[in-house]
Amino acid sequence: MNKLIYLDNAATTKTAPEVVEAMLPYYTEQFGNPSSIYGIGAANKDVITEHREIIANALGAKTSEIYFTAGGSESDNWALKATAEAYQSKGNHIITSKIEHHAILHSCQYLESRGFEVTYLDVDENGVVDLEELKAAIRPTTILISIMFANNEIGTIQPIREIGEIAHEHGILFHTDAVQAFAQVPINVEEYHIDMLSSSGHKLNGPKGIGFLYIRTGVKIRSFVHGGAQERKRRAGTENVPGIVGYGTAVARAMRTMEERTAKEKELRDYMIERIENEIPYCRLNGHRTKRLPNNVNFSFRFIEGESMLINLDLNGICASSGSACTSGSLDPSHVLLAIGLPHEIAHGSLRMTLSEEITKEDIDYVIDHLKDIVALIRSMSPLYEDFLKKNNKGE
Amino acid sequence: MYTEKVMDHFQHPRNVGEIENASGVGTVGNAKCGDIMRIYLDIDDNQIIRDCKFKTFGCGAAIATSSMATELVKGKNIREALEVTNKAVMEALDGLPPVKVHCSLLAEEAIHAALWDYAEKHDIKIEGLTKPKNDISEGEEDEDEY
Repeated sequence: MNKLIYLDNAATTKTAPEVVEAMLPYYTEQFGNPSSIYGIGAANKDVITEHREIIANALGAKTSEIYFTAGGSESDNWALKATAEAYQSKGNHIITSKIEHHAILHSCQYLESRGFEVTYLDVDENGVVDLEELKAAIRPTTILISIMFANNEIGTIQPIREIGEIAHEHGILFHTDAVQAFAQVPINVEEYHIDMLSSSGHKLNGPKGIGFLYIRTGVKIRSFVHGGAQERKRRAGTENVPGIVGYGTAVARAMRTMEERTAKEKELRDYMIERIENEIPYCRLNGHRTKRLPNNVNFSFRFIEGESMLINLDLNGICASSGSACTSGSLDPSHVLLAIGLPHEIAHGSLRMTLSEEITKEDIDYVIDHLKDIVALIRSMSPLYEDFLKKNNKGE
Repeated sequence: MYTEKVMDHFQHPRNVGEIENASGVGTVGNAKCGDIMRIYLDIDDNQIIRDCKFKTFGCGAAIATSSMATELVKGKNIREALEVTNKAVMEALDGLPPVKVHCSLLAEEAIHAALWDYAEKHDIKIEGLTKPKNDISEGEEDEDEY
């Protein structure tokens, strides 16, 4: 099987050739430590600044507000734990949602074990946070609201501007995990009242192992990794120069291509959703139909389980992912799918396909043609489907 | 992640289907955890398993273990069928990843549940067989959501 259709771009993306090319010299000739005094070291300080600036501009932020980290998870951990510590004299309450990434949820659980209180907001059936519920959850002791920009599984985009406004009206810090959203939708930290924002390089055709946390000037946030004076003394460790160069190059590229790329993805996304809804019975689109990442398609197919779908897709050269328990390493299916109200057995039958600019309409047709057969095949083996058909026949 | 044998039984599952008026039917597991196995047995007057079919809702390993389990009990008498343990199913598949061992347990339980059903229907007692603990109740989840 030579064909490979990669539909798991929410998991990671292919590093763009121009990104790899930009990075290579910093592994070879320009390998110097930016903190060194001599030429090949010190020159890299400017290189870092240049790429930091690209990223800052993409967000409407100041260059000094971008702090490089090792990735999205570190950024999320830092934003939550360090803010909690820095603001604990003001209060001990944090508001987040039930559908956050585990880097947020597990950090919150950790903080709860250290005496902090966390409110986990519900979401509606489309995965959207209720602003009234958010307002009602605010206490005098609330120090931080952390709501993801867009969900990694179901693609739902939150009303970030409104959440930011509410946070700032109440004098509360607002953090958003934008790992999936950055470079897929326009983001401006001023317009959206964002105080902190997490991002990761490998989700936008950049390298793995690099991320950043945007921290608005004035936010008191302490160092998370102690050591040297890098990143304005807030994040120690010799800078990942090739990673930073790759990240900056990837962001420049993503900003340049965003309009055209996402317009194409949206068209294919909606075409894919339409074909699935028309051609595969007993399915449900997960996530909001329009307030949705341009590249995200997520469906639940009743009576079947996700992993058996994924293996069959893989046998046909199609890479996708699922929120079933079998793929999560626990007995429970995805917390996101449960939070939008899916019963367990329907959550087990979910399939996420996330597009890239490389995907064509022919690819989508190939995928749907196979998916139809795969769903029918697995249903033919399913006792749940058997029971459903018998019940329906009796009813008629 | 899976052995060749598991993949073979997943891609070409043996004995998928139903048996009408089966001598015994056993359904184990639950939809909540993502695995349900149903095994149908056709047992003759000499207590030989003439035919065995399965339906499974679950992952690749669940389908492969169901398929292998039906292969292993087919043609055996009911006492021999009791000896088809989860270990036997796993060995026949050249092993399962640790997180999938429960699938083989489910296969063993499904056979036991089908044999228990047979014993009850025919009012006999099968030595060494205890009442299956894992039998799912029908219609526990609301089905007609959309």
